[in-house]
Amino acid sequence: MARVKYNGLVVEVPAGRSVLDALLDRGETIPHGCRAGACQTCLMQATQGTVPAASQRGLKAAHRERGLFLACSCMPEEDLEVCLPDTQQLRIAASIVGRRALADDVMELSLRTSEPFSYRAGQYVTLWRDAELGRSYSLANLPQTDGLLQFHIRRIEGGAFSGWIHDSARVGDALDVQGPMGDCFYTADDPEQKLLLIGTGTGLAPLYGILQDALAQGHRGAIHLFHGALARDGLYLHDSLTELAAQHNKLHYHACVLHGDDEPAADIRAGDVGALALERIGTPAGWKCYLCGDPTLVNGLRKKLFLAGAAMKDIHADAFLASGPAPRDPLND
Amino acid sequence: MASLYERLGGDAAVDAAVDIFYRKVLSDDRVNGFFDDVDMEAQAAKQKSFLTMVFGGPNNYTGLDMREGHKHLVERGLNDSHVDTIIELLGATLKELGVADSEIEEVAAIANSVRDDVLNR
Ligand SMILES: Cc1cc2nc3c(=O)[nH]c(=O)nc-3n(C[C@H](O)[C@H](O)[C@H](O)COP(=O)(O)OP(=O)(O)OC[C@H]3O[C@@H](n4cnc5c(N)ncnc54)[C@H](O)[C@@H]3O)c2cc1C
Repeated sequence: MARVKYNGLVVEVPAGRSVLDALLDRGETIPHGCRAGACQTCLMQATQGTVPAASQRGLKAAHRERGLFLACSCMPEEDLEVCLPDTQQLRIAASIVGRRALADDVMELSLRTSEPFSYRAGQYVTLWRDAELGRSYSLANLPQTDGLLQFHIRRIEGGAFSGWIHDSARVGDALDVQGPMGDCFYTADDPEQKLLLIGTGTGLAPLYGILQDALAQGHRGAIHLFHGALARDGLYLHDSLTELAAQHNKLHYHACVLHGDDEPAADIRAGDVGALALERIGTPAGWKCYLCGDPTLVNGLRKKLFLAGAAMKDIHADAFLASGPAPRDPLND
Repeated sequence: MASLYERLGGDAAVDAAVDIFYRKVLSDDRVNGFFDDVDMEAQAAKQKSFLTMVFGGPNNYTGLDMREGHKHLVERGLNDSHVDTIIELLGATLKELGVADSEIEEVAAIANSVRDDVLNR
């Protein structure tokens, strides 16, 4: 049992319970998202006491030194004094400069940041509509001198953020950008290595960024991009990827639909995107693999590719975890 | 004499060994049930510090970590037979890497020395 001081309140946190859950239980408003240490929406700062190392995984060294930590992954072992961090220092201002429908339920969102923002295509950021609503989205374009950031945002039924983007956001609206995060990006350590990119839905966004980065950096090995969608309409970059593949011999674009109700076209395969990918490339040993999108697919494929021979260090994965409800407090059950 | 850790090739060699070892663990129905819902990257990092320790490399492994880290698995039925399987798979990994039998026995003895901590006895 550790005591956590927050905002004039002293909260007892039983062993194994997170600071986030303990504060939410007490009715405090703490922004949060994936609850799995990925999205960094629940970033807090410890002003007294030492937080467990696990709660600082994935944070920049400068932030770790300032005592920043992820409240969802912080099961405190000692007493702490915590606060919400100074968001001015973590986020930069941006405004919407474009919205373009890529498919019925996918919107390309373009933002421009107010100051230079450095990142690698394929990483993700938290976009904040206001102080309370923040969600993770992946960067689909290469860094531009004018600070243009592009995202592919899928409409989620009843979704707070995606609903706002699809239905009511307008050019000129302001947003804050926090990040970047994640290690799903191209590295030129071996320009001959074969690349396997597999994504479902808007999992294509980071892969599209990685693909452009690899081409821009003159990658020489074969690049196989598999995009999986439920139906044809979900293959929202089909024409531009087909065209891009026609321009680059080493690029192979594989379109896959799960439900081939209508006879899939000659250039579209029906079936599970992971199974189709493994069938097409054979063993992934020696390949660099990027997996993005649906968490069940991403985590399942990560294991399959590893067991089929891909090295752990060569598998980069971003599971698009939804912001979930709180796990129940075992003590209050 | 240099430790097995150094002779295998240090840090990079342990990475390769972890991949082989972890692949065996995940493919073995006697033990893979304990690994179904773990974060693979975090798990690989733990296996790396375990292998570094049994190979005699630089590590900060403590008995207390071992106990804490396996408590929930003991509650789920982790017992001697599972530890035996892990040591067997570790031996098979080393054999694949061309390590001599006598040395495999030494490594198995080190792994065996943490058995009581792992099983929280
Ligand atoms: C690392 C990372 C990167 C991401 N990148 C992208 C990206 O590039 N593009 C993109 O479109 N999304 C991406 N996401 C997902 C995104 O962060 C949001 O979770 C998503 O847009 C839903 O937010 P919302 O506010 O619209 O819905 P919410 O208000 O959070 O959710 C509304 C309801 O829908 C449920 N729900 C949420 N997601 C799903 C789903 N996928 N399927 C079914 N039910 C769901 C929720 O549990 C809730 O009940 C990413 C997530 C992570 C963790």
